[in-house]
Amino acid sequence: MRALCWRGVNDLSVEDVPDPVILNDQDAIVKVAATTTCGSDLHLIDGYVPAMESGDVLGHEFLGEVVETGPGVDRLKKGDRVVVCSFISCGRCWYCEHDLWSLCDNSNPKPGIAAALWGYETGAVYGYSHAMGGFRGSHAEYVRVPFADYGAFRVPDGVDDETALFASDAAPTGWMGADLGGVGEGDVVAVWGCGAVGQMAAQAATLLGAERVIVIDRFRERLDMAERHIGAETLDYTATDVGAELRERTGGRGPDVCIEAVGMEAHGTGPQHLYDSAKQRLRLETGRPQALREAIQACRKGGSVFLLGVFVGWVDKFPVGALMNKGLTVRGAQQHGQRYIPKLLDLMAEGRLETRQFATHAMGLDAAPRGYNMFKHKRDGCVRAVFHP
Amino acid sequence: MRRLIKSLAISAGIAVGRRLWRRYRRKRGAKSTGPSTDDRDRWLAVSINAPPEQVEAEPRLREVLARPGLRLQMRITPAPGGRGTELAVRLKEQPLPYDVNLLSRLAGRDPRQPVRRALRDAKSLLETGEVIELEPREGPRTLGGRIVEAAGARAAGEGRL
Ligand SMILES: NC(=O)c1ccc[n+]([C@@H]2O[C@H](COP(=O)([O-])OP(=O)(O)OC[C@H]3O[C@@H](n4cnc5c(N)ncnc54)[C@H](O)[C@@H]3O)[C@@H](O)[C@H]2O)c1
Ligand SMILES: [Zn+2]
Ligand SMILES: [Zn+2]
Repeated sequence: MRALCWRGVNDLSVEDVPDPVILNDQDAIVKVAATTTCGSDLHLIDGYVPAMESGDVLGHEFLGEVVETGPGVDRLKKGDRVVVCSFISCGRCWYCEHDLWSLCDNSNPKPGIAAALWGYETGAVYGYSHAMGGFRGSHAEYVRVPFADYGAFRVPDGVDDETALFASDAAPTGWMGADLGGVGEGDVVAVWGCGAVGQMAAQAATLLGAERVIVIDRFRERLDMAERHIGAETLDYTATDVGAELRERTGGRGPDVCIEAVGMEAHGTGPQHLYDSAKQRLRLETGRPQALREAIQACRKGGSVFLLGVFVGWVDKFPVGALMNKGLTVRGAQQHGQRYIPKLLDLMAEGRLETRQFATHAMGLDAAPRGYNMFKHKRDGCVRAVFHP
Repeated sequence: MRRLIKSLAISAGIAVGRRLWRRYRRKRGAKSTGPSTDDRDRWLAVSINAPPEQVEAEPRLREVLARPGLRLQMRITPAPGGRGTELAVRLKEQPLPYDVNLLSRLAGRDPRQPVRRALRDAKSLLETGEVIELEPREGPRTLGGRIVEAAGARAAGEGRL
């Protein structure tokens, strides 16, 4: 079958790889109908996540049709149209039972790498380096889905592919940021990063009762999209002082909940950005946390900051004084998709959660390297390139 | 009936085990909470999301822990707060210092690596009924790829256990 392979930093190619087969009884094979780029992939492509092997198949946000099931699969059958959570989770360990699915104990067959980085390993992700398991990704014609009964969800008939696709990763990630960030009735919520993840966090915040939601980015077309589809307020960080603007808009209090959806490759301006870029290049820090610092600084006293953007290692000049003295709650997570996907599909079926606007560019799998190039540089208003193998 | 007797016997066994364990801990007193001075003596442990009775009665547990080359001491204790069961093992013969240095670990010769792998496999089998497999890798390798591959191959036996 054809698949998009990582060949090295900024080097992708579409190649022939072996078809997947059932290796465990609880596996299913899914024929991919749609699979999309995610900001997380950029961290792999740009070489900031160690533990990539030349030839690894990328992709983790996808939807398709079940074409084969192992003897241990009960809930799915051949022909089901399913969206698959980007995290592989067993459904029966203590973490899965406590709805902390991305922390699954039993899905990562290479735990030593992540344990060396973070003290303990997390669960596995499709196509996301050997630290996260080393599984083949979804930018391919077929994918093997382990623990299929827990990770693949039947899509309701009225929900189209372009909408349901984002229930795999972007939508549950954003929802989790607002939910575990503690968004409640009447809150003011600020979201850094207006990609699909940030926009989903903003939409979730609205649905969870926030009174005002402010999204922050520099790409006009992304901010316009958030305004049009979610009714969020917007802020171009290159045109203004974000902290001052947020204080002014919140009567001097600051946002109640700040959600960071930018990650380790934050863009920035000024000396802070030069400093982070130099240190990241020398690997003296593994991420550029400019948006995270700003979120912590801007957050109201006693407020909450949720980190959705991916970081792999350590960062510099972390504002620990602000965290401690302002009594903040700072939390982060890889997405616990299985906890939210059924509810998100229901909301999609009711027409209350909009996602298909993210699919700005559709193309065949052979065009995937070009799709990633557009997505990386945000050319032509690209929010997500969606591949149809 | 026979099954009932068996399960009663197991429960009784566990109750006795628990009491002995508590007594042992009391006896060791402060000493037992002190740090282990030699890593080679450490118990390696996983917590299994199942009650001790079930863990104790599981035949696949013995199978995994009796893999060729593994000679282990085993300890099964309830985890606090409904967190299931703590399964701890340690090699009956203390490995030589030379066997557990960084080079041996990188070469995959540290005798604790198969122990960690067995513990994880036992846990996964008990919790999910299987041990997740990876697709085999094919095609030519780059140097970087070989390093990551080697790290990945050791990774199953490394980590904080
Ligand atoms: N936690 C999870 O499980 C999870 C899941 C998916 C994605 N992610 C992460 O979320 C982040 C966003 O993903 P995405 O797919 O939306 O990516 P994306 O690249 O489409 O969007 C990131 C956006 O952040 C903006 N940005 C950059 N620097 C900024 C700054 N200083 N202030 C404000 N905005 C800034 C960019 O202009 C861009 O629009 C990534 O780090 C990704 O790895 C996490
Ligand atoms: Zn993603
Ligand atoms: Zn699990």
